[in-house]
Amino acid sequence: MKIAIIQFGGSNCDLDVYKALKTLGVNCELVWYKEPLSDFDGVIIPGGFSYGDYLRAGAIAARTEIMSTISTMSVEGKPILGVCNGAQILSEANLVPGTFTTNAYPKFVCKWVKLRIMGSSIFTKRSREIIGIPIAHKEGRYVVNKKTLQEMYDNGQVIFKYVDDDGVPSKDANPNGSMDNIAGISNIEGNVLAMMPHPERASNALLGSIDGIAIFESMANYLGKL
Amino acid sequence: MFYRADITIELKKGMLDPEAATIKKALKHLGYNCDNLKMATLYELEFEAESKDEAKGLANEMCLKLLANPIIHDYSIKLQ
Repeated sequence: MKIAIIQFGGSNCDLDVYKALKTLGVNCELVWYKEPLSDFDGVIIPGGFSYGDYLRAGAIAARTEIMSTISTMSVEGKPILGVCNGAQILSEANLVPGTFTTNAYPKFVCKWVKLRIMGSSIFTKRSREIIGIPIAHKEGRYVVNKKTLQEMYDNGQVIFKYVDDDGVPSKDANPNGSMDNIAGISNIEGNVLAMMPHPERASNALLGSIDGIAIFESMANYLGKL
Repeated sequence: MFYRADITIELKKGMLDPEAATIKKALKHLGYNCDNLKMATLYELEFEAESKDEAKGLANEMCLKLLANPIIHDYSIKLQ
């Protein structure tokens, strides 16, 4: 079992993801986006500012050739995780519904947030229900049309919500104005997850939390590693 | 033949535009009260096509494939 961590020009947190997976003993490799993507069982697209966030965050990376391969892998049922810029890329590539756009308060926001895990997902099986994880983005406000949102609730595609200390998705707990406090969503089949918060930045006690490691652990567990 | 396409991309009506709201507020600080302030992106493209119809079709494709995000954007094409 092997997971690919994709590197675009402007990716960051790629090494953090690599480290988090290695801590778990997961076989993984950093893959430059121009390299062929074969013999991988899962993919993680890390955060960063691919192509300088030109046009729209994630828009240009979403149209690279490697994303066609990743799209095919998603159809094959392989788990695909996009974090922050990775989430924006997945939405721009239409692998998850909706889009992430400029925060309601149009400024880069970098802070710890609390998330509630909604329902069940292959990416959250090993997680607690409420977790503390950092966010760091300017384009993280989740937008989708109301009809699709209802379908997403019906299909269990809303995976994470920003919540307050009491676990309530309150207005104050919403750091970017996302619809319904949504922080992470999946495709209808559940094998593609796009999340704005950074689990790799909460994967070591030295960083202040290990809550994020459960996301990678769940993904690896799904692939039969743990 | 060479054609020029002016493509305007803007947020769909009713969509929150935090940047435009901030600029509107800044204008107010300078004493200019605007009831409405809308921002859009203009792309001026020049390219070769067999006909005006083909040029329009190509510009439309560019919008659908890259320039606009149909979830949040409307776009218009003016061909010269």
